[in-house]
Amino acid sequence: MRRDTGWWLLIAPAFLLLTLVYIAPIAQVLAISVMEPSPGLGNYERLFTSESVQRVIVTTLRICIITTAIALLLGYGLAYVIALATERARRWWLLAVLVPLWISVLVRAFAWVTLLRRQGVINEGLIAAGVITEPLALVWNETGIVIGMVHYMVPYAVLPMLAAMREVDPRLLAAARGMGASRGFAFSRVFLPLSMPGVIAAGVLVFIFSLGFYITPALLGGGRTLMVAEWIKLQILDLLRWGLGAMMATVLVLAILATLVVFSRLVNLRRLFGGGA
Amino acid sequence: MNGGHGPGGGHGPGPFARGIAWATALYLLLPLSIVLPVSLTDQRFLSLPKHDISWQYYHNLFTSPLWLDAMAQSFWIACAATAIAVICGTLCAIGCWRLARRSTEVIRALMLLPLIIPSIVYAIGLYRYFAWAGLLDTFLGVALAHGVTGIPYVIVTVSTALAAFDPRLEQASRGMGASLRQTLAWVILPRIMPGIVSGGIFAFIHSWDELLIVLFIASRNVYTLPRRIWNGINENLDPTMAAVAVLLIGMTLALLLLDMALRRRREG
Repeated sequence: MRRDTGWWLLIAPAFLLLTLVYIAPIAQVLAISVMEPSPGLGNYERLFTSESVQRVIVTTLRICIITTAIALLLGYGLAYVIALATERARRWWLLAVLVPLWISVLVRAFAWVTLLRRQGVINEGLIAAGVITEPLALVWNETGIVIGMVHYMVPYAVLPMLAAMREVDPRLLAAARGMGASRGFAFSRVFLPLSMPGVIAAGVLVFIFSLGFYITPALLGGGRTLMVAEWIKLQILDLLRWGLGAMMATVLVLAILATLVVFSRLVNLRRLFGGGA
Repeated sequence: MNGGHGPGGGHGPGPFARGIAWATALYLLLPLSIVLPVSLTDQRFLSLPKHDISWQYYHNLFTSPLWLDAMAQSFWIACAATAIAVICGTLCAIGCWRLARRSTEVIRALMLLPLIIPSIVYAIGLYRYFAWAGLLDTFLGVALAHGVTGIPYVIVTVSTALAAFDPRLEQASRGMGASLRQTLAWVILPRIMPGIVSGGIFAFIHSWDELLIVLFIASRNVYTLPRRIWNGINENLDPTMAAVAVLLIGMTLALLLLDMALRRRREG
């Protein structure tokens, strides 16, 4: 329809920019993964033959699963209390979630280094208090990565769970309690099942964000524990193995898209990423 | 049920849930607050102040040409990126909202890709692509990359604002003979302004904090604040970094409070 031409023109600048400056570079990564160093699926073969490729995948999955589990547990407790809080209290609780969410990830990693390193605030404090004599290895290992990543992911876990919990009719809980259910029973048989869609949505979100996470693992892992994103950077900037790095990047994107497709039946993705309507 | 108690009525969360919630909130906030005392240390290394508090590292920060230059660069790049994201994102959200069909739903979903695809994948692709286009290590290149990855934030906030907008207002305006441009400027944009400003704030923070793309596509010319911090953490852990951290946390808090005030006005 002619009348619609103007509206389509409004979409054009964003669409062109996205295509030229976003989609084209990413498509190029996919192309490099099958073209370099020689055309074919040689890079993908490494998934099955190279021990170092397999090790980085296993490490990444292990850290992501641990991070997701802890972030969901902590986030659920927080979201539950926020959902049942009074209007005034809810605003303060939300601030405690949103402030860390928007503070630079670099600043957060820096704060953790300050706290956790051998001469850091926690170790110095514990030694001064006489609790330990040798500093604990809290950072530049997998422990440090998990501490920092959970810290980053908890807000992302809270928000979808909170949205789901706020749709649970509070009268159901009151009814269960009124009919004699204990607090624990009312929670596990009424509230928990009804909030499950939020838990799954949060789990998917945290897991896919964790998979490709770079900054926190790189700073708190100290180069010894490599996750996928840092490994890709190493292959490309330091070892100049473009094909291998691009292959892993492609696998990363495919893993994320597959997770989204599998869970799109259970989770309303449009709501997860803030669909407008 | 009304007034004093929340939706749970007398059946609020138990002590166990409260315990987790408080512990989690402290875990989220306390580590961030540590940078404030550390930034006031009188020691020469990262630590709590021992004898006295000292402002020397703030003095360092505001007299060091390296840090000041990095802040200025980051600021101008974030401004340019925000302009790109806000203009493209707002127009696109309006177009998709008005046309509302399957194809525009797909376009809207495509626009959200930068939220889903990890930056590392985009960064390595861009490194090659910009080398070919001659945009490596340029202001324009970084602003374009930050702008296009900032579009999703604007799309989300503007779409949310549009969902509350009565489409009959637009029809009435067009029906009375207003052109598309007039309808946009006088009818639609004023009603969704809070959403646009929110999106702009988030796009700005996104660019201001962005590190990974810059690590790949910038070298000597473009030296943004996150890159300076990154090198600081990896190299020397100078307490000046704590002062930078305090400054950044303060800025984020100010922008968040601004956004909350805008939201309250929009809802109120």
